[in-house]
Amino acid sequence: MSDDDSRTLALDPIACDGRGLCHYAAPDLIDLDEWGYPLLRGGGLRMGISREERDAARDAVHACPTLALHLER
Amino acid sequence: MGAASRETRHGCPMTERLGLASPPGLADHLRTFGPMPLPGGRSGGQPGPLVDEVERAGLRGRGGGWFPTHLKLRAVVESSESRGRLSRTRQPLVIANGMEGEPASSKDVVLLTSSPHLVLDGIEAAARTIGATDAFIAVHRGSPAIEVLERAIAERPASGLPITLVTPPARYVASEESALSHWVGDGVAQPVYPDRPFQKGAGGRPTLVQNVETLAHLALIARYGGAWFAEVGAPSAPGTTLVSLGGALGHMGVVEVPTGTPVKDLLGRAGGTTSPVRGFLTGGYGGGWVAADGFMSTPWDPDSVRAAGGVIGASILWAVGAEVCPLEELDRITRWMAGESAGQCGPCIFGLPALADDVHSLASRRSDATRDVRLQRHLTLVTGRGGCKHPDGVARLVATALSAFPDEVAIHGDGRCSAHPGAGTHLPVPPVRVPVIDPSGRDFR
Repeated sequence: MSDDDSRTLALDPIACDGRGLCHYAAPDLIDLDEWGYPLLRGGGLRMGISREERDAARDAVHACPTLALHLER
Repeated sequence: MGAASRETRHGCPMTERLGLASPPGLADHLRTFGPMPLPGGRSGGQPGPLVDEVERAGLRGRGGGWFPTHLKLRAVVESSESRGRLSRTRQPLVIANGMEGEPASSKDVVLLTSSPHLVLDGIEAAARTIGATDAFIAVHRGSPAIEVLERAIAERPASGLPITLVTPPARYVASEESALSHWVGDGVAQPVYPDRPFQKGAGGRPTLVQNVETLAHLALIARYGGAWFAEVGAPSAPGTTLVSLGGALGHMGVVEVPTGTPVKDLLGRAGGTTSPVRGFLTGGYGGGWVAADGFMSTPWDPDSVRAAGGVIGASILWAVGAEVCPLEELDRITRWMAGESAGQCGPCIFGLPALADDVHSLASRRSDATRDVRLQRHLTLVTGRGGCKHPDGVARLVATALSAFPDEVAIHGDGRCSAHPGAGTHLPVPPVRVPVIDPSGRDFR
């Protein structure tokens, strides 16, 4: 449908309580900092997701028990 | 003509507009400023005509962000609109922010205790402009402004707009605008993410949060017009501004000056410096340090202060005397700011105490080979990862101290310090709290 394939992975830092499951679901996308909180590429609360990365990003979203990750169009 | 008539009618000097020297009662208020003309109200999706006057004035928010006020007024109206009509569940409200969370600031309490009616006029004018049917004025619990405001609200003629005085807990982050609208809506003074108050604020309603000084200026614009307002001050942020002055100065206190007034003239208004000044803290504890060299001639307006490496923020200027160690000041402030986390986001709850440890190690001249690497990593890890800008402010406070006082940093690394222990005037730091994870906001009710 859309000719724009880009997605954004958005983290809600208040909802996140650092269980770290996103990292285990998508280790290439999400790192953990020294306190166990997710570290996105670029260091902020949103990161661009390529078509190739989309399945991994979805896995991270589904793994989060506090619903702190969202994949946005 | 507007300026001249304003001066002769009410006898106020041009650059002291906010009535800091006059008593707080209604009769004195009306004698000083004249009657408040009722601005035209909002009609449908259109804000009242005062918004155009505010745009002409170039008024920018005095709470710290210096965001253009007319844009905020329009944004609230826009987000409360549903197909050109005002939906009942999207009825906007106004919150006047007099929380003054910055310990080195006293401009809001000075304004509220001397000109409460000017702020209340501004609330009414803003409410009519955006179509709000209720309004709140927030000062922190225990504030000396409470009694004056209660009396002022009680002595005003009924305007149809109920203004409720509310007193959230005196916490640093409680004055952040989403925290304040959260408190008015749900009684919890913690910041909210990602909704902004103008979209979805108190009780889900579009909420205009404005600093009390901004609202006082708005009341003057409603009386004397936007062109009059912009007659003084820096073109990029016109008007006058209150400044909280402190440190190595003849006397501390609040002055009202045109924006763009050079820093050295501000110091002159505070009786001049009492010892050689090595630098300044600008904007407050989420602000920035600057070295004294070259800063003295900087115009006190948001763009010029930023260009000089500082932050005007809530218009705080603190002179650090040569006898005071800026790194020890930084150490105490960073520790306090860490305890003022809202306890919601991991990088803030854990990152700020880690950063405070690094700063403490430096300030206390410990020999520590990995400290610099750790400190830089922690600065990166706390920046841009919170639901509000509290951790970003602390990171800036630390980073700017390192760049403003490189010589002091270097000799601390060698175990020395150039200050005289115990001498000089020190920045005020309230009792330190231990940071806790607080998802239910029990410390913020």
